[in-house]
Amino acid sequence: MIYIDIEKMLHTADGKVNLAIRTEIPMGDLIALFGPSGVGKTTLLRILAGLTVPDKGIVKYGRLVWFDAHNRVNISPQRRNISYMFQDYALFPNMTVEQNIQFAQPVKNAKAVDELLSIFGLSELKKCKPNGLSGGQKQRVALARSLARKPQLLLLDEPLSSLDAEMRCTLQNEIARAHELSGITTIMVSHDLNEIFRLATQVFCIENGSIQKNGKPEDVFSDNSVSGKVQITGIIARIEKQDAINIVTVISGGNQIIKVIAFDSDLEHLFVGDRVMVFSKAFNPIISKLN
Amino acid sequence: MDAAFFETLWVTFKLACSTTVILIVIGLPVAYWLAFSRYKIKPFIEALVSMPMVLPPSVIGYYMLVVYSPRNWFGAWLGKAFDIRLAFSFEGVLIASVIFSLPFMVQPLQNGFRSLPDSYREASYTLGKSKIRTFFNVLIPNIKPSFITAVALTFAHSIGEFGVVLMVGGNMPGQTRVASIAIYDEVQALNFSIANRYALILFLVSFVILATIYSVNKKQDAWKMM
Repeated sequence: MIYIDIEKMLHTADGKVNLAIRTEIPMGDLIALFGPSGVGKTTLLRILAGLTVPDKGIVKYGRLVWFDAHNRVNISPQRRNISYMFQDYALFPNMTVEQNIQFAQPVKNAKAVDELLSIFGLSELKKCKPNGLSGGQKQRVALARSLARKPQLLLLDEPLSSLDAEMRCTLQNEIARAHELSGITTIMVSHDLNEIFRLATQVFCIENGSIQKNGKPEDVFSDNSVSGKVQITGIIARIEKQDAINIVTVISGGNQIIKVIAFDSDLEHLFVGDRVMVFSKAFNPIISKLN
Repeated sequence: MDAAFFETLWVTFKLACSTTVILIVIGLPVAYWLAFSRYKIKPFIEALVSMPMVLPPSVIGYYMLVVYSPRNWFGAWLGKAFDIRLAFSFEGVLIASVIFSLPFMVQPLQNGFRSLPDSYREASYTLGKSKIRTFFNVLIPNIKPSFITAVALTFAHSIGEFGVVLMVGGNMPGQTRVASIAIYDEVQALNFSIANRYALILFLVSFVILATIYSVNKKQDAWKMM
């Protein structure tokens, strides 16, 4: 369990905001921090990393005290065994892709570097310097480097923000796989609901400097006004136009295919790849045993 | 005459090289501290380091002579403890030259460190690397153009040293007689051909050094754009 109880005065464009966060994070979870810009999501990550010092409070990782304002404890970032993936990736321009990843390893291990390079599809680029890479490639290097450190806590600051939809989808898979493989507790800043639904086990909505809502993404983001008897979340896989109506194919849970009829007006803000909720109000669901 | 000519050039380059090497060792940590520390005292240190850029060399030369003088505690202590007299010696000139060229080493390096995104340092720290390892493996390699500029400027500036060397070292052949002083001396003695040779060499060396800085930095920009 990671225990956080901190306060920090932030100077934002809209004046001062007191960031006051009090929460506990179970080990192994993938937490998404969601909220408008400038409310302290990045600051919270930086406080966990030891890069920003809170005004007061305590941060504990399990039994280890990382920060305690009262007792003047502040463990350095080096000794927290974390990885922090920066919004600007912070790849070192003097090192090649391979050297960037190698640099992060606590103990040099060429085989592990090769493995990471191949998992992230970077083998061809291993001798390239980061300045020659595209945004998506840099992002993959940064993610691979974060994992090479073998951290106990992975902090990702808007890891996929600057990518196109296709690349984002691929990299979401990579983050999900990295999290599954390693079981590392991960905290990720994200503005993208799709990403949050896809990856996060829990989401913290931060507004005005504090956590306003938290829970599973479905619970936090589902529209409470819907009193549907059946609710299924999924991703739009296809929209087919047939005369006056459209047939929207939604895939839920990876293998369940639902076809929904929709009018043009319903589809104004819906696109392929969107995360949606399919619900039904008018019918009683019928239950039957399988096999 | 030729032996004296080469001796003077040798002293000139020995002084410039030693000054540059010593300033690399001193300048890197000082520039790092000035770039990243947040102490209130910093502006004062910054001003002190930059003083040689605005002060007349004679002022620094005068203070160096005062410090070196056996009548003052430092000069007296050096004489007693090590039997060293710094005034009018190569070592004395070298120390003065190091102090006088300090801003030419520190300022480009400091600007170089400041121009790096904070996230480089922070990323290295979060990857578990110490400040010293970050300094040598991440920061210094990424300020290469600033480093080359600093080294070349320091070297060029030390070669052209006149006032401080004259004040602190005088004009002792083989000891403290450097090319810039020799030019002055030869002109006074109406030996224009020798003065001309010194002047030409200083002109060419300085030109080559500055041309190197500009071409290296241009390449660096091209590399950045790639």
